[in-house]
Amino acid sequence: MASERIDLLIIGAGPAGMSAAVEARRHGLEVLVLDEQPSPGGQIYRNIRESDPQRLAILGDDYSAGRRLADEFIASGARYVPGAAVWQVGEQCQVHYLLEGRSVVVQARRLLIATGAFERPMPIPGWTLPGVMSAGAGQILLKSAALLPAGPVVLAGCGPLLYLLAVQYLKAGIQLSALVDTAEHRDILQAWRHIPKALLGWRDLLKGLSLLAKLRLAKLPHYRGARALRIEGAECAEAFCFSSGGKVHRLPTNLVLLHQGVVPNTQISWSLRMRHQWSDAQLCWRADRDQWGETSLAGVFIAGDGGAIGGALAAREQGRLVALAVASQLQRLDGARRDHLAREPQGALARCLAARPLIDALYRPQAENRIPHNEVIVCRCEEVTAGQVRADVRFGCLGPSQAKTFNRCGMGPCQGRLCGLSVTEVIAEQRQVSPSVVGYYRVRPPLKPITLAQLASQSNHDLSPETP
Amino acid sequence: MPADSLFIQLPTDSPCVMIEFEGQPLAVPSGISVAAALLASGIRQTRRTAVSGAPRAPYCMMGVCFECLVEVNGVPNCQACMVTVSDGLKVRRQQGARALNALAEEGAHDGI
Repeated sequence: MASERIDLLIIGAGPAGMSAAVEARRHGLEVLVLDEQPSPGGQIYRNIRESDPQRLAILGDDYSAGRRLADEFIASGARYVPGAAVWQVGEQCQVHYLLEGRSVVVQARRLLIATGAFERPMPIPGWTLPGVMSAGAGQILLKSAALLPAGPVVLAGCGPLLYLLAVQYLKAGIQLSALVDTAEHRDILQAWRHIPKALLGWRDLLKGLSLLAKLRLAKLPHYRGARALRIEGAECAEAFCFSSGGKVHRLPTNLVLLHQGVVPNTQISWSLRMRHQWSDAQLCWRADRDQWGETSLAGVFIAGDGGAIGGALAAREQGRLVALAVASQLQRLDGARRDHLAREPQGALARCLAARPLIDALYRPQAENRIPHNEVIVCRCEEVTAGQVRADVRFGCLGPSQAKTFNRCGMGPCQGRLCGLSVTEVIAEQRQVSPSVVGYYRVRPPLKPITLAQLASQSNHDLSPETP
Repeated sequence: MPADSLFIQLPTDSPCVMIEFEGQPLAVPSGISVAAALLASGIRQTRRTAVSGAPRAPYCMMGVCFECLVEVNGVPNCQACMVTVSDGLKVRRQQGARALNALAEEGAHDGI
């Protein structure tokens, strides 16, 4: 079959996928990259090749740094299919995707899942109201559409992306109503335990400190240790309420941007029934991988934030390591040469990950914003509250998949992406066991909604030479 | 940009395209997603939920949350953040669940 010609199929054209493609091409592998977005870069380097000087200045050097990798990727000779939504992945590296309303199937010899991260759900009262978005969404609007908040905006939660977005908005001349920070001094004391190791990652630390210094200089209202977060409004967000320093605050606003870190997008790895572990440090699921990124399914690899949160620079190095391992498995490199070439990315990866335990400890999301009160909606699609999930646990429900049959949580179009972690943690708390005992939804294809007509249209991937 | 929009746009070189939202013409910058275009045009609510009819609007802007579902050129439940605007695109709010007999209704309109 002609499809034997694809040595490495990569899902996702973010830093991990692009860097794996570039490295794999260096060793003569035939590479196919599928990505859901219209241009390469993933979310971190979203729209990087189309950005203008004004936006590049606002978004900063870490964003601009993606341009070179994206250009290298485009020039690498890898086949690149933008706008491709993967809806099923088979154990034998067979991938089904939707492209312009038609389903296509492609077979490869090795598979790399480089689907990155999405933002951790932040279920607080009122988070489903129009005018409440994720901070990542705010940044994507800036990257992809040059949009900035027009009026008062509240940024709330914790984590580097929240502070970065605040700095970017300040640079663009946007007046923020407030930065409502759920992190507090106690978190910082906890975090000091990781300092000696984190010094290896001094660049990340300096970056974090300079972000906070810029926020201080801007004299932005910055509330720390915020609790009892709540958005008021009937048909849309009208005010953001919280308590901080013993005082209750109510800030009128129509735009609230929430963030409490990012978590691996594990839809594909769960659908393949890979082994996953609950990470207490990162409060999320991580698929098991060896040092090359190979999973419990032979021939299927994961690189970047889709495996564990490490950031864009770590993702690049992991992508390179996967490409070296695949090149070696397919006899393009002998083991000694692979090990020699891997030394540099392995060293860089260790440096990139050194500060991660500190970041995880510093910006650990608060329990009340992960495991909310009964009245708060956890499943946005099916409008299921935390209280309904708890009630079903009292009826004997043991885990998320069972909860689904009790109350439909996770059965809507997002397929649990925005409630899975909350439902796992709510059940674990109610049962007083670890999330690892409770488990996760049994994720099944289709991973994206597909119509019968699209399914019926399925054809094999066209391998004829593409005109760039 | 309309006065009631939550967002303003930085000056860009991109030309405008004309789309329709609920029958009203909107001039929006080319190359951006339908969700971004609606937000830039001051559209605060883009769908009603299937369960309670509550109003919703784009949330994640990256294809994860499915909050931005709209009807695009008659096709229900399209993710507005994953569709790029183009001239003549007709967009409507997704009002609750899609009609199961949408195709039959379409046929009736066409006189089939």
